[in-house]
Amino acid sequence: MPEPAVLPKDLAANPVLARWIRVGGDGRIGVRVGKVELGQGILTALAQLAADELDADLADVRMLGADTADGPDEGVTAGSLSISTCGPALRAAAANVRMLFVTAAARDWHVDPSTVIVHSGRIAGPEGQRSSYGELAARVDLEVPADATVPVKAAGRFAGTDVPRLDLPDKITGRPRYVHDLRLPGQWYARVLRPPSRGARLRELDPAVAGEGITVVRDGSFLAVAGPDEAAVLRAADRVRAKAVWAETDTLPDEADLDAFLRAGPHETIEVAADGVNDGTSTEPTGTTVAATYRRPFVAHASIAPSCAVARSLPDGGVEVWSHSQGIGNLGRAIAAALGLDPGTVHVRHAEGAGCYGHNAADDVAFDAVLVARAVPGIPVQVLWSRQDELAWAPFSSAMVADVEAVVDATGRLAAWSYDVYSQGHSSRPGYAGVPGLLAATTLADPATYPAAVDPPIANGAGSTRNALPGYDLPNRRVTGHRLTESPIRTSAMRSLGGYFNVFAIESTMDEAAAVAGADPLEFRLAHLSDERGRRVLRMAAEAASWGRAVPEGTGLGLGYARYKGTGAWCAVVAEVAAEADVRVRRLWTAVDVGRVVNPDGVRNQIEGGAVQATSWTLLERVRFDRRQVTSDTWESYPILPFSAVPEVLVELAPGDGNPSVGAGEAAQGPTAAAIGNALAAAVGVRVRDLPLTPEAVLQAIEGM
Amino acid sequence: MTTLLINGCRHESGADPDTPLLYVLRNELGLMGARFGCGLGLCGACFVHVDGAVVASCDTPLWSVEGKSVVTVEGLAPDDRLHPLQQAMLDEQAAQCAYCVTGVIMSGAALLRRSPHPDRAEVVEALERNLCRCGAQNRMVRAVLRAGGGDA
Repeated sequence: MPEPAVLPKDLAANPVLARWIRVGGDGRIGVRVGKVELGQGILTALAQLAADELDADLADVRMLGADTADGPDEGVTAGSLSISTCGPALRAAAANVRMLFVTAAARDWHVDPSTVIVHSGRIAGPEGQRSSYGELAARVDLEVPADATVPVKAAGRFAGTDVPRLDLPDKITGRPRYVHDLRLPGQWYARVLRPPSRGARLRELDPAVAGEGITVVRDGSFLAVAGPDEAAVLRAADRVRAKAVWAETDTLPDEADLDAFLRAGPHETIEVAADGVNDGTSTEPTGTTVAATYRRPFVAHASIAPSCAVARSLPDGGVEVWSHSQGIGNLGRAIAAALGLDPGTVHVRHAEGAGCYGHNAADDVAFDAVLVARAVPGIPVQVLWSRQDELAWAPFSSAMVADVEAVVDATGRLAAWSYDVYSQGHSSRPGYAGVPGLLAATTLADPATYPAAVDPPIANGAGSTRNALPGYDLPNRRVTGHRLTESPIRTSAMRSLGGYFNVFAIESTMDEAAAVAGADPLEFRLAHLSDERGRRVLRMAAEAASWGRAVPEGTGLGLGYARYKGTGAWCAVVAEVAAEADVRVRRLWTAVDVGRVVNPDGVRNQIEGGAVQATSWTLLERVRFDRRQVTSDTWESYPILPFSAVPEVLVELAPGDGNPSVGAGEAAQGPTAAAIGNALAAAVGVRVRDLPLTPEAVLQAIEGM
Repeated sequence: MTTLLINGCRHESGADPDTPLLYVLRNELGLMGARFGCGLGLCGACFVHVDGAVVASCDTPLWSVEGKSVVTVEGLAPDDRLHPLQQAMLDEQAAQCAYCVTGVIMSGAALLRRSPHPDRAEVVEALERNLCRCGAQNRMVRAVLRAGGGDA
């Protein structure tokens, strides 16, 4: 590996080594990164990289939680970017630390540093001299900036191997580990009483019904109850809720016609591509046109734990917060902005939560906890959302609609491609659009505004138009996004953003175009794909699934492919779907190329989980609401895939071939949905274009033929 | 006072008898293995055994378990040892966030007690009351099969 001329970006932004790594006299190596554990196993993979660069034992590496007061600020843990951004930074930091210890040992022994060997945390000189990280720790100063010329290694003992997750032993035995398990001395518990509907304003309140020992906190329409006994707080919340009077209005669109809602605007127009006939450089192609409209509803994060946080108000007017946010730095700054505090007085520590698939209610509940904590100074307060609030009030992934038109010429090739996608934005994370982006801030007596969600720039992978540009070799392309700039429904980032739906619409169209061309779907894709790594995963998935084999009546095979964001992992999926009384995904054969793999089983786990979750979105999920409030607020009204409906998932990993690592977390979402849609069409002979692919949707599609 | 038998130890709780068992386990006894997920017994994150049966502790009032034997995930194996299913979960790396996994272990352990060598269909049926959002279900099913000595 060539020496890096410059520091990796995250290390350049946080160059002091001690921000990343500290070594104790006992030989324990504390590593603090700015990326956070969301259940994706990132801290284990990063520990592997650190141990390799340090030539230390994994058992001596302690991964510490991110902390705004101590540790690097690496922004948000999102976009499947942690291995590709934090990985190089941590490796370079660890290589620097190793070099400083080697230099110190060499100086002690009056030998050349190149003769000093480090193995398993032990440091050895050429004449049998012995030392260790622990022995030298007190004399090696890590409060120094990283040196960009220190080389990192090409390989190590741990990277590329199936190191078991470091956090699982605690989590399978029930040892306290989640923010939900935090019990600080004197801690109170609080529950927020969210309004009964969107836009409702609190008119009347009878705090006395809360009862003895319960503190009622109110600021405008923000209402919470708090006390030292959690069960008593729950009972008090019920009593206060029963006596509260709210002014309610209709604010929500017609859930039965989201198509009209999304098209009505106002919109921001996002030009993704316009070439050939669309920029006047070629003439109108001729052929058969395949045109259709695809739709998806709003979808919920539906993490298995409701969001939770702990906060404590400090005597200096600041606050400390324990949160499972994806971006603790942004959260701290948003809290400060919402309350007019100096950002330096808001101290946020990451504490693990349940699975996080994007911008859920983690930040919202942290602000709730801060609001309650400020009413009871000095007392740590834990706020836990209810299941109902989690499903109804956390940001959703946007509903979307896409119009696709593809022209297939007389030779069976795609001659033109036109795509319009309508969506709400896919990011309203804390600090977006210059506002705090915290739910409760909008209900205070002095409320913050909460504009419609925005989209990340195209250079960062886009939002509504993520993966809207097909990865195929196409002439005469026009791809346009239309983002709603006003909406009463809060949306934000969820695993793959618009990519899930865009790949579903594109790959459905590819199958229809293949049918017009009289071509096999696999051959048709390969004929339009020059990206060798894309071709390889398509062939791998097809081979694993024995693509082209005969299947029983009522069963179909379908294919889906995309390179995530156009810049990330390559992923192909074959689905086997049986459509009888219900729609059942039997098996998913996935093939993925993420470049250099740090933890193969970790990548498999991410692809398997992503494929299963995408199956759930695709078959079942739809946020329901009336004109005032979300009504799908329990596991009965918002069902997710049960054990009995989970497909078998096979994962083929493409060889790394020395390619840089790209993330695995979101790669399977779109290709899985597309493969299921195409397999269903193959099974029933009619295409279902409206997600989710329920038996009712299949019947509707058949009736609409 | 309600007299409870939790993981073989007597515990006197002064909590309101209508208090869900989950809050007593977590806040009085510091047993964090049963976790709040929905409060309605629909997700399985809070599962415990009551006289051997799998029960949602989030909607089980304290009074209803007086005098009965309650076992949480912390009490499945003696001392600091792992129950074979916990070991199998580690062997299969059968989790992502793992918030649901202790509840899944309680369902699986109850199955293994009444059917020590279950087949796949039995395992899936036994775990049907548990929800996992990360998509680790296949690994969890394999872990139960492995713990039952079956072909995972």
